[in-house]
Amino acid sequence: MKLVVHGLVQRFDDPRGGRATTVLDGLELVTGDIQALVLVGPSGGGKSTLLRILAGLDVPVAGSVAFDGVPLPRDEAALRGYRRTVGTVFQAYNLFPHLSAMQNLLLPLVHVHGLSASEARDRVREPLERFGLAAHAHKRPAELSGGQKQRIAILRALVVRPRRLFLDEPTSALDPEMTGEVLEMIGELKAAGTQFVLVTHEMGFARGVADEIAFIADGTVAAHAATGEFLDRTPDPRIRAFLDRTLHA
Amino acid sequence: MPRSLAYLIVLALLATGAGLAFASLDMNWNWAVVWEYRAAFWQGWWMTVGLSLAALVASSLIGVVAAVMMRSRFALAQAAARVYVELVRGTPLLVQLLIGWYVIAAALRAGTDQRYLVGVLVLSLFSGAYMTEIFRSGLDAIPKTQLDSARAIGLTPWQSLRLVVLPQAVRIVLPSVAGQLVSLVKDSSLLSVISIAEFTFAARNVNSATYSTLESYLPLAAGYLALTLPLSALSRWLERRFRYEAA
Repeated sequence: MKLVVHGLVQRFDDPRGGRATTVLDGLELVTGDIQALVLVGPSGGGKSTLLRILAGLDVPVAGSVAFDGVPLPRDEAALRGYRRTVGTVFQAYNLFPHLSAMQNLLLPLVHVHGLSASEARDRVREPLERFGLAAHAHKRPAELSGGQKQRIAILRALVVRPRRLFLDEPTSALDPEMTGEVLEMIGELKAAGTQFVLVTHEMGFARGVADEIAFIADGTVAAHAATGEFLDRTPDPRIRAFLDRTLHA
Repeated sequence: MPRSLAYLIVLALLATGAGLAFASLDMNWNWAVVWEYRAAFWQGWWMTVGLSLAALVASSLIGVVAAVMMRSRFALAQAAARVYVELVRGTPLLVQLLIGWYVIAAALRAGTDQRYLVGVLVLSLFSGAYMTEIFRSGLDAIPKTQLDSARAIGLTPWQSLRLVVLPQAVRIVLPSVAGQLVSLVKDSSLLSVISIAEFTFAARNVNSATYSTLESYLPLAAGYLALTLPLSALSRWLERRFRYEAA
């Protein structure tokens, strides 16, 4: 995928009528033709806001986004069509608590992508086996561990065969052991050729999977480079400090 | 202690206390004359069942519509729903019935045979105000992240309401709705003030015909319990059946 973001502005109104907050402030980003882009940076810097726009969940106030030369639409109906071609994974899993893990996987296949119930079951069987989740498929989210929930959430985004995945801090709600499970799964997706944009604080992991890393702070791209170059040669002292903190934490 | 034994003990104590109280009254029970009126009780009881069922359906519909209005983007719809709920919840059902029948229905030239319709309508609007708050709290309890998730997988707004929001909201509100139905059954007794021949009306008639007050009103209590106890049991069953932790 080749991502081109131009002049992206996003503001959020203050619900109490005060001044609007500018979260993205004319953000520019042009990547090479890569498989995995990782967004890092301080909390509140705008990386999750950027990811939500890339995933077609929010519409920016101004600016444009294009993947492989195709611009993202701005009206809700066309955006819904776009969202059906990509997969999104949230920090807090966001599984549907009233449905079993299996039903969570089947819902988009049956109700959005028009598969019959048996076709949908056939499609999810193999991935459930591969990621060691088949034994938990009948459980409700409340009966699953955090790592299992997040892996089901990733599968839910994956079984619709999306063009690419958007992952918003998929491990920050997990303890270290479960973080390992989920990162391992993402590593396998990378090896299988899946395209994705990932927001993460796991710099060690980013080094392993990212083709390019963009450092987002104060609503703009403060630094952006191929992974090796970014980690080893970034001169910006603020980024160096961030990397030193997160790489050795 | 087994739970059934605990219930037996409590009920036995209650019966003893009630027995002693009644014995001290030195009552001259006159069940025979009241027994003559069993058909009136029976008819009234069935009327109460029918009125409650009709008001149950209508008040649920009113509750859903007003709850959705309350969450609407349109200020007018919001205001209308809020005023409705506050006015109805803040005034006695008795007053609403009297105004509904003697003022509004009279102004609309309603015939005397339409008092049942008016009665069910007022009762439904009364109970509907409480249903509105129950449904609203149920809808509010669904986190915004669920809607995000529904949009992310490409559901339409109608699909996310039908497949994601409502199934969760219904589970949350079921116990409260069942509780509200218990209240509704008992509140229907007030319909007797506009001469609707339901269960309480029947008991009052029997009382004035026989001067056997307790013999008229004790069956009334038993008749309402026969309706409300199963509803309470249903409510507890639903609560267990649909309980799951939010995840």
